[in-house]
Amino acid sequence: MARLEIDRISKRYGEVHAIREVTLDVADGEFVVLLGPSGCGKTTTLRVVAGFAEPTAGVVRLGARDVTQLPPWKRNAGLVFQSYALFPHLTVAQNVAFGLEMRKVDALERARRVVDALRLVRLEHLAERLPRQLSGGQQQRVALARALVFRPDVLLLDEPLSNLDAKLRQEVRVEIRELQKKLGLTTMMVTHDQEEALTMADRLVVMNDGAVRQVGTQQDLYERPTDRFVAGFVGRSTFIEGEVEQPRRFRSAGGLILACNSQAIGPATLALRPERLLLDTTAHAGMDNNLPGVVEFVSYLGAAVDMHVRISPKERVVVQIPNRAGSHLPSVGAQVYVAWPAANAIVFPGAGN
Amino acid sequence: MPANVAAACTGERRDGPQVARLLNSRWLGYLALKGAATVTLVYILTPLVFVTWLAFFRQEIPSFPPEGYSLRWFQAIPGNDRFVSGFLLSLQLAVIATSIGLCLGLPAALCLARFRFRGREALASLLLLPIVVPGIVLGIALYVFHVEAEIATGLPILGSLGGLIVGHVLIVIPWTVRLVTASLAGLDRSIEEAAQSLGADRFTTFRRVTLPAIRPGVVAASLFGFVSSFGNLEMSLFLVGPGRTTLPIAIIQYLEWKIDPTIAAVSVLQILLIGAAMLITDRFVRISRVV
Repeated sequence: MARLEIDRISKRYGEVHAIREVTLDVADGEFVVLLGPSGCGKTTTLRVVAGFAEPTAGVVRLGARDVTQLPPWKRNAGLVFQSYALFPHLTVAQNVAFGLEMRKVDALERARRVVDALRLVRLEHLAERLPRQLSGGQQQRVALARALVFRPDVLLLDEPLSNLDAKLRQEVRVEIRELQKKLGLTTMMVTHDQEEALTMADRLVVMNDGAVRQVGTQQDLYERPTDRFVAGFVGRSTFIEGEVEQPRRFRSAGGLILACNSQAIGPATLALRPERLLLDTTAHAGMDNNLPGVVEFVSYLGAAVDMHVRISPKERVVVQIPNRAGSHLPSVGAQVYVAWPAANAIVFPGAGN
Repeated sequence: MPANVAAACTGERRDGPQVARLLNSRWLGYLALKGAATVTLVYILTPLVFVTWLAFFRQEIPSFPPEGYSLRWFQAIPGNDRFVSGFLLSLQLAVIATSIGLCLGLPAALCLARFRFRGREALASLLLLPIVVPGIVLGIALYVFHVEAEIATGLPILGSLGGLIVGHVLIVIPWTVRLVTASLAGLDRSIEEAAQSLGADRFTTFRRVTLPAIRPGVVAASLFGFVSSFGNLEMSLFLVGPGRTTLPIAIIQYLEWKIDPTIAAVSVLQILLIGAAMLITDRFVRISRVV
């Protein structure tokens, strides 16, 4: 395995910038996930690394090699596709052997490594099957074995779980992550599923509009999002527009005066995490913010309940409360209080969009 | 069958809502489909059945009812030089034309399926033209071209085997282009990218992954190209030279003098040959999935 460096990569299709100056460093053995909505440039970034898209500018380095100008077949990158892309006319074993054959590994060694790779994904008993005789989850594991058997410098995963059903997806996430750790694979994965990204990654890269918005660990992104997009994309946030009229004092568009931790005066957006707000039928003593409101909508999620509470004519916040046994849930129309300490609100300077 | 169906079939009017419900019902559509399919099938099969039947009649002038049955017309075929040499020429022609047509059609289909360029649509239509243009027109056009080419170059082009092969390649190409393009359209491009990421260069990817994946289309293209070349009459009429006769032409020429069941017997053999080719092909690839 090797370190992967992406240095100010841009890709333009005519006038459209697919990605702009993307810079990213994946350490040896690190699992980095590119996260973003569709069309954000994450797949283009992966394809540039794999060699299927030639960047308009920038450099890709794999270990000590500059691979920017190399065709895909000379890059030594293992790739798992969303559709798995197994060769339909070859058996599982032949699929896995393909990369070794291309590297002219002799037959004996090849057979041994194919068995090893299949054992790694617990499919050695299906070696002689054709891909169409396998379930989606099994095909996915064959694709993984095929991408790993030739010991690539980097493993690239392109939405590898999106064709699996929800239950299986959760199992495979853990499986891939454990395998990655065990083998110390330098891995870059692309996904639009934030839960998937959060459970698997060492570090995450949030992308939007072809640019990297923030790079960091799960905690970094969740606790300290650098902008409104990240706050909305990783986890959930309710946004309140307004301005910081004096240090630590925020006035919302709806006229609410809220305590916050920002010193910078000017237009700003306040982001509130639904689970970082408190909801009660009486006012909380000693809380920085304590606002009366009316429950307008309740969505019951099982483990938790979302309360949509109107706190001013222009503002409504979502409060998530844990659904504990015997707890009383306010119903629509109930008078409640929403409270939070100033530190729980994230302030983004500048007018909202 | 429920009574209301019988009523509808005989045109007998019952109460309105029931008829409406019947017209809406799914199995009326199903019946209509079955009916149409049956009529079409009968329409296609009737001549084949009659030809086959006729081939076994004993009498020389076909008439109904048959006076008896015999295999004499089949036995006569090997002794007829024109049929034997016609068959051999047609076979040779179809094999060569199909091979060349495939070599030209496969790359053309790849370009059409893979690249976006100006005039792509026009080129695609142009390559299908030889099966759209009537055979007579194609034959005359090639004939005139051969005459002019012979005058211009002084080479013996008119009526040559080469000229005949070129003409047949022309009618094979549309099949190869069309069917291979169709298979390529259904191909998951990511398997080619997977091969490349595993270390296969472009040519190896094509040989090891693309070609096997579109094999059904290629096999079907060969079959249809072969059949259309083997059975071609109109165009070949203009291109054959003295002493060079394809099987369909030999049949036509025989018919000018005689109408005994020999022709029916030859036709039966032809039907069997093509039918066998299709059955064998179908064992390897499902033709219905490609065409």
